[in-house]
Amino acid sequence: MVVQSAAEAITYPAVGAELDIEGVSHAFDIDGAVLPVLDNVNLSIAPGEFVALLGPSGCGKSTLLRLVAGLEKPRSGALREDEVRISGPHPSRVVVFQDPTLFPWRSVWDNVALGLEAQGILKAQRHRVDAVIELVGLSSFRNAYPHQLSGGMAQRVALARALVNDPKILVLDEPLGKLDSLTRIAMQAELVALWQRKGFTTLLVTHDVEEALVLANRVIVLSDRPAQIKADIAVARPYPRHRGDPYLADLRKQILGLLGLEATW
Amino acid sequence: MSTYSVSDTTAAAAPRAAVTFSNLSGSYGVGLAASLVWLAFGLSCLYWPDVGDWSRTESLGIGAIVIAAFILFGTFSADYLGSAGQALRKRAPWMVAFGAFVTLWEVATAKFAWLPLPFFPPPQSILEVYTDDLPKLLDSVFASIKLQLGGYIIGATIGFITGVSIGWSQKIGYWVHPVLRFIGPLPATAWLPIAFFTFPSSWSASTFLIALATGFPVTVLTWSGVASVSTAYYDVARTLGAKPSFLVLKVAIPAALPHVFVGLFMGLGSSFAVLVVAEMIGVKAGLGWYLQWAQGWAAYANMYAALIVMSLLCSGAITLLFRTRDRLLVWQKGVVKW
Repeated sequence: MVVQSAAEAITYPAVGAELDIEGVSHAFDIDGAVLPVLDNVNLSIAPGEFVALLGPSGCGKSTLLRLVAGLEKPRSGALREDEVRISGPHPSRVVVFQDPTLFPWRSVWDNVALGLEAQGILKAQRHRVDAVIELVGLSSFRNAYPHQLSGGMAQRVALARALVNDPKILVLDEPLGKLDSLTRIAMQAELVALWQRKGFTTLLVTHDVEEALVLANRVIVLSDRPAQIKADIAVARPYPRHRGDPYLADLRKQILGLLGLEATW
Repeated sequence: MSTYSVSDTTAAAAPRAAVTFSNLSGSYGVGLAASLVWLAFGLSCLYWPDVGDWSRTESLGIGAIVIAAFILFGTFSADYLGSAGQALRKRAPWMVAFGAFVTLWEVATAKFAWLPLPFFPPPQSILEVYTDDLPKLLDSVFASIKLQLGGYIIGATIGFITGVSIGWSQKIGYWVHPVLRFIGPLPATAWLPIAFFTFPSSWSASTFLIALATGFPVTVLTWSGVASVSTAYYDVARTLGAKPSFLVLKVAIPAALPHVFVGLFMGLGSSFAVLVVAEMIGVKAGLGWYLQWAQGWAAYANMYAALIVMSLLCSGAITLLFRTRDRLLVWQKGVVKW
C-alpha cells in the first residue's frame, strides 16, 4: 500500500468540524436482493481538512456523502461530527450536489436565503445572504431566476446557498462534474480560495484525479462496490498548486494505478 | 472593398424605404379600411328601410358612424397615443373583419331578410335588449357571478387541500384515492336531480355541484404535481435545516403550482357547464335562467344578447386566471399566452 502518513501536522483555523466515520457499512434493497454498497469504512477527518474521495463509478462514494449529510442512516457503524453522532440532516453539514438543484420558482437571492429561511433566522440575518452572493460574484444577478443563469453561475449560486449557513463541514458531490473545462478550472481555484478563507472541513467526491490533487490535502481512494478504503494519500503541497507539478503527476500515476488504469498513463 | 461599401449602402437604404412604404399602405391603410367599413355599416343601417319594427336602427347607424370617426382619428394619431395607439394599430385588421361581419349581418337580416327572421335577429334588436332589458340582464349577470364564484372558490380550495394531502401523505392517499376514483369521473350534472332534492335550497345545491365539478380536476392535478416533485429538492431543503412544514409549504406547493393551474383551468371550464345547466333547471336567477326564460317567450334577440354576455364573462374569468398564473409563475419560461 502506498499509504503515506495522512496525519501530517498542518494546522487549520478552528471553524471546521472533525468528522469520524467508524466502521460504517451500508446496503440497498433492490428487487428483494441486498446490494452492499459500503463495507466497514473507517475514516477520521481533522477539522479544516480538504479530503477528496476517488473511486470507480458506482462504488458508493455518493452514498457515503448522503450518510455524512444525514439524509440516510447507515446499516451499521456510526458517523460523528465533533464527537456527536449524526442522526439526521443539519445545516452545519451542507451538501452541494452535481446538479445545482436550484429552486426554479425562487430568484437567486431567495435561493441563497433558503437555509436561513428554513431555520427561521432570515429576518435578522439578511446581510449574510447579500454578503455571500457578493462572495461568489453574483451581485448583479441577485434578482435573476435560475433558468436565466449559465451552468457555472447556477453552481456558484448552489455554493452560495451552502456557504450562507456557515457550514462546519462542506460536502461536495461532484459539484463541478457538469461544467465545461474552462469554467471548471476557474471554479476549482475559487473553491480553494473559499475553503482557505472560511476554514470549513471539506469532503469532495470526484471522478477527476487531477481535480482531487489540485484541491485536496488528502485523497482517499475507494475500491469497487462494496466500497472499502484502498489508500489514504496525503498531498503535501502548498496552494495554489500547478497542474504540471511533477510531484502531483507522480501521485496521479500512483492513483490511476490504484484505480486499475495504469495502462492509460 | 468598394463592393462592400456599395452593398452596405443598399442594405441600409432598403429598410428605410420599406418602413415608409408600410406606413402608407400598411398600418394607415388598414385603419382607413376599418373606418370605411364601419361607415358602410352605419350607412347601411340608415339608408335602407327595415323589414321589421325595430326602435334602435337609427341609434345603431349613428353609433357606427361615430365608431368610424374614432377609428379614423385613432389611425392618424396612433403615433402620438403611445401604447394605446400601438394596440389600435395591431387590432386594425380585426376591426375591418368585424365591421364587415356586422354590415353583412345587418343587410342579411334587417334590410333584406335573407336569413329567416325571428331566429336571426338583426344587430339593432340586440342593442335594444342591452338598453331596454338592462336591469334584468344585470341581475342575471350578478346572480351568475355570485353562484359561480362561491362554488368555484369552495371547490378549488377543497380540491387543492385534498390534492396536497394525498400527494404528500400515503396514509391519506390510501383512504381518499378510491373515493376520488369512484366519484370524480362522474359528470357533476348527473348529481343534479339528487342534489336538488337533498339540499335545502337550489342555490346550495348548485354551489355544491359547481364545487364538485371544479374540485375533481384541481385535486387530481395538484396531487400529480406534488407527487412529481423531484426528491432532490427535498434533499437540498432538508440538509439546509427544513422541517416538514417547510417542505410542504415552500417546496412541494410551489413546485406543484404549474400543475395546479392546469387543474384550475380545467375546473373552470367544467364548472361553467354545470353553472348554466343548474341555472336552467333549478335556480331562478342567472344567465342560464335568462336564456331559458327568453326561449319561453321566443325572444331570440334576448338569447343572443345573453350568449354574448356569457361568452364575455367566461372568457374574462379565464383571462383573469391566466393573468394570475403568469404573475405567480414568472419563473417559468414559455408558458401558453391566452
